[in-house]
Amino acid sequence: MGVTLSVHADAGRRRIEELLQENEEPVFKRWLEIAGSSSNGHVDRGSLVGQLRELYQALRQSFGESSDSSDLRGLLAELSRSRARQGFTPTETAIVVFGLKEALYEIVENDGSPEALRGFVWFSRVIDELGLFTMESYAAARERIIIDQAEQLLELSTPVVKLWEGIVAVPLVGTLDSARTQVVMEKLLQTLVDTGSEHAVIDITGVPAVDTQVAQHLLKTVVAARLMGAECVISGIRPQIAHTIVTLGIEFGDIVTKASLADALAHALRQSGIEFVKHRGTRIAVRTVEE
Amino acid sequence: MDRVPVLKLGDILIVSIQIDLQDQSVLALQEDLADRVVATGARGVIIDITAVEIVDSFIGRMLATIAAISRMLDAETVVVGMRPAVAITLVELGLSLGGVRTALNLEKGVALLNHLDGAQIVTAAQ
Repeated sequence: MGVTLSVHADAGRRRIEELLQENEEPVFKRWLEIAGSSSNGHVDRGSLVGQLRELYQALRQSFGESSDSSDLRGLLAELSRSRARQGFTPTETAIVVFGLKEALYEIVENDGSPEALRGFVWFSRVIDELGLFTMESYAAARERIIIDQAEQLLELSTPVVKLWEGIVAVPLVGTLDSARTQVVMEKLLQTLVDTGSEHAVIDITGVPAVDTQVAQHLLKTVVAARLMGAECVISGIRPQIAHTIVTLGIEFGDIVTKASLADALAHALRQSGIEFVKHRGTRIAVRTVEE
Repeated sequence: MDRVPVLKLGDILIVSIQIDLQDQSVLALQEDLADRVVATGARGVIIDITAVEIVDSFIGRMLATIAAISRMLDAETVVVGMRPAVAITLVELGLSLGGVRTALNLEKGVALLNHLDGAQIVTAAQ
C-alpha cells in the first residue's frame, strides 16, 4: 500500500514538475500579478520580476535531480530580510510565496488529471513549508532590528558631559533598569578615570519614577565612584520623587542630594575650591582659591 | 613568594601592587607595612592598585585591615587608582571599604594626604 502511494505521489510530483516547466510563462505572469498587487505598489516592479524569476528557477532546481533547496532557502531568507527592513507587513511578505500556489492551481485545474491534483497536494505542502520558513526569516530579521535599536538607544541615552574642569555630569533620561544602570555606571566611572574628575553629578530630572530598585542602582553607582576616589551628587529630585523616596523609606545616607543641576554644580564647585564673584554689571568672573 | 615592596616618599609610604596577590604575600605585606610605619613615623600610606584587575572579598578585606592597622599607628591610608570594573565588583560584593580614603590616582592621593595634614595643623593652631 505504502509503495503504491509513493508511486502515485511520485507520479503527481513529476506531473507538477512538467506543468511548471511547460507553463512557465503563464504561471510566472500570474504569480507576478498576485505578488505585485499585494505589496500596494511600494515595491519596484523591475526588482520584483528579478526576485521572482530567481525564486522560480531555484524552486524548479530544488524539485530536480539534486533536490538541493539551499539556494531557494537562501533567496527566500534574503527576500524576507529585505522586506522586514523596508517595513512590509508579514502578510505582504508571505503572499509572495503563497501566490505561487494560486498561480499554479489555475493551470492544474485546466489540466484536470488525477496525477496533477495529487501532485498539487504535495506541491502545496512544499509551498506551505516555504511560507513558514519565510515567516521565520521575517520574524528573525525583525527581532534583529529591535535588538540593534535597543543597543543604539542604550548608547544614545547615556552621555557623560563635562561641566567644569574636574566635574562631570550624567543627565539620566527615561526609566532605569539594571542593564541601563550598569552601562551608566561603567561609562561614568571610566570617564572619571579618563578625565581625572573628582566630582560627578547624576541628574535624574528625566527619570519618571524612582522605586527601591532604581534607588539601589543609584546608591551602588555613588558607592562605586566613592571607592575610586570621586564624590557623587544626585540632583534633579522633583517634589513627588522626594515624597516617594521618603515614603518608601529609602536611606541615602551621607550622599549629597540637590534639587537642581545648578545647585549640584555650585556644590561641586565649592567642594573643589572654586568661588564665583559677581562684579558690577552682568559679567561673572571666576577665580580659584589657592590652597 | 613575591614580596610587595614598600616605598618611602617623604613622610608617605607607597605600596604599588603589581602582582597577583596570594594570601601569604598579603599577610607579609601587612607585617612589612606595620614595621615600616613604625620605623619611619610615616603619616600617610598610599596603596596603588592601578594594576589590579581582579578583586575578591579577600583583597577587599586586606585593604580595610591595612587601613585599620595604619590608623592605629596614626597614619592615614589612601587607596588610589581603582579601576571601574574593580569598584563595581567591590560594590556588588557589598564591600564599601568604610574608613579607607580613596583617590583617582597617585598624584591626587598625595595631594589628599598633604591637604589632610594641612587641615590638621590649622585645627591645632585654632
